[in-house]
Amino acid sequence: MDFLKFSADKCSLCGLCIEKCPFGAISMGEHGIELNENCRMCRICVRECPNQALYFEQKARKEDKSKWNGILVYAEQERGEIHPVVYELIGEARKLAAPVNYQVYAVMAGPEGTADNARKLLQYGVREVFVYEHAGFAGFKADCYTDAVADCISSLKPSVVLVGGTSLGRSLAPRLSTRFHTGLTADCTKLEMKSNTDLVQIRPAFGGNIMAQILIANSRPQFATVRYKVMDRAEKVADPSGKVTLCPVTDLMVKSSIEVLSAQVLEHEKSIEEEDVLIVAGRGAVKALDQLKELADLMGGQLCFTRPMVESGYGDTAHQIGLSGRTVKPKLIMTFGVSGAIQFTACMNGSECIVAVNNDPEAPIFKLASICVQDDLYEVLPAMIQEMKSRKGGE
Amino acid sequence: MKIIVCMKQVPATQKVDIDPETGNLKRSGQSARTNPYDLYALECALRIREQVGGTVTVLTMGPPQAEAMIRDAYSMGADEGVILSDRKFAGSDVLATSYTLAQGIRTLGGADLIICGRQTTDGDTAQIGPAIAEHMHIPHCAWVGAVESVDGEQITLRQNFGSVTQVSRMHYPCLVTVDQDICVPRLPSYRMLKKTEGRSIRTLCFEDLGKKDLSRFGVVGSPTSVERIFAPEVMASNVYVEGTPGEKASQVMAMLQERKYI
Repeated sequence: MDFLKFSADKCSLCGLCIEKCPFGAISMGEHGIELNENCRMCRICVRECPNQALYFEQKARKEDKSKWNGILVYAEQERGEIHPVVYELIGEARKLAAPVNYQVYAVMAGPEGTADNARKLLQYGVREVFVYEHAGFAGFKADCYTDAVADCISSLKPSVVLVGGTSLGRSLAPRLSTRFHTGLTADCTKLEMKSNTDLVQIRPAFGGNIMAQILIANSRPQFATVRYKVMDRAEKVADPSGKVTLCPVTDLMVKSSIEVLSAQVLEHEKSIEEEDVLIVAGRGAVKALDQLKELADLMGGQLCFTRPMVESGYGDTAHQIGLSGRTVKPKLIMTFGVSGAIQFTACMNGSECIVAVNNDPEAPIFKLASICVQDDLYEVLPAMIQEMKSRKGGE
Repeated sequence: MKIIVCMKQVPATQKVDIDPETGNLKRSGQSARTNPYDLYALECALRIREQVGGTVTVLTMGPPQAEAMIRDAYSMGADEGVILSDRKFAGSDVLATSYTLAQGIRTLGGADLIICGRQTTDGDTAQIGPAIAEHMHIPHCAWVGAVESVDGEQITLRQNFGSVTQVSRMHYPCLVTVDQDICVPRLPSYRMLKKTEGRSIRTLCFEDLGKKDLSRFGVVGSPTSVERIFAPEVMASNVYVEGTPGEKASQVMAMLQERKYI
């Protein structure tokens, strides 16, 4: 082993590590325990060993944390407006900042009109908004945007950088974290600030029904992306005292290897994130799609799909809920034939009311649902449509 | 033109249980499959090769078992397969993984075009592609839904940013991450499988790479660490409705109306 070390004289051969290893990577060999190639360096064995017989020999470099202070929010603009996720990031940043006396900052890059948008953020309690405004920032060019935000990070030295988990944010954040040789945690569902300014980042992980608590303990800044509709929107403050600072844009900053030829706003059809009511078809509902569409229309919502349904071609990615699709937080979500894997539930569990229809009593979705219907959806669904029709007729 | 496609072998099953009392992970089976999103990247590369000529190299980081994935890629039409495999790479997070892949690409003499899938099904972060581009100091376009045109000098792509699509052009070298709307991956062909049976698969280990700074690789080169894992909390008031399907339906609708959802 190169980094995970085993000390034979401390080992009591208790076998606890073999039992605890989630990957079956440890076995009892001739000279004590042995590791095989299944090891993922998850360090569970190191933590579990009662005799400290397993340990890591090398430690990563240490950054002087006291030099990095404050929380910087990347304020994305979409079609000339501030993306709504930004207000949620500011709300979360203010909560995280309070216990460690941090300030909340924002950074924006964009064409003309960016500084005007920046002023809108001040009333949400942002201390200072750094604006890189230049015609060269028209259209999203990952290299230019990275240069601008990196310029801000280099001078401000924030402890935490929050970026919206949008298409644009998820293209930008990895370039930034890589440039600063630091960590980035994608799609955090919960954040907490430790008193030593380490940011506790929680996200679904291991591609399974597991939540992982992640730390970037030895590097700064700490990058995290958060999806839209995961955090609570910031409240306006009574006495905004922040300011907008225009930062110089160098020629080098707007010199891009990416040429934006055209941009087209898609016909605005209400996205599933904006709906109050969503109906979801899972694998168990393959033969009921027309009826589900009818129910969705009757209830004034949209029909969405799980990943297996989209992979099988029943729906498109714009209507897919899950880690590889969209995160939704409607008032009401009704799932039909959805088992409830974490990749799905992590992206809809903020919904106010969850109704689950599934004939499998063991389906994990029932643990989450507010109203559970354990029955054959092909019998329940027509009755629901009838109910809706008669209720509508009675109005 | 030299195209490198970054691919990954992921657990075949998403089913992972956790024992709420001991906090132990229980993985059912160790079988692996190719990350489905990477097949779109490979197909995209093969189509570009058909149009402008050149070679398609599949690059992966992982245990030697990734050979099975490379064999599949060969039978789809890839020219060369390379596995970055070393115990020193274990425990890599996004930074260390993208660094290792970038070092691998450099060791292979670089590429004109690097193509990645949108994300993996086990990590779901969608960060590796842009991070590789940053390590290589080359531009990237993510969320590519269509290749508008491609020749030996440059590539023009349509990117999907939620409510906006953008057409962007890059000169080589550059990196793209593709969405699954871009194409339908071909199936592996038996003829190609037979034809490529004897083709070797190259393995690169730590010693083969140009940069030998151990602090950049594996668990040591990974700034993020998993502090603990736990089962997601169960929320909600699970109200079960009873009766015939019809009765259940009307109870649900009555409850929804009472709560002013309908």
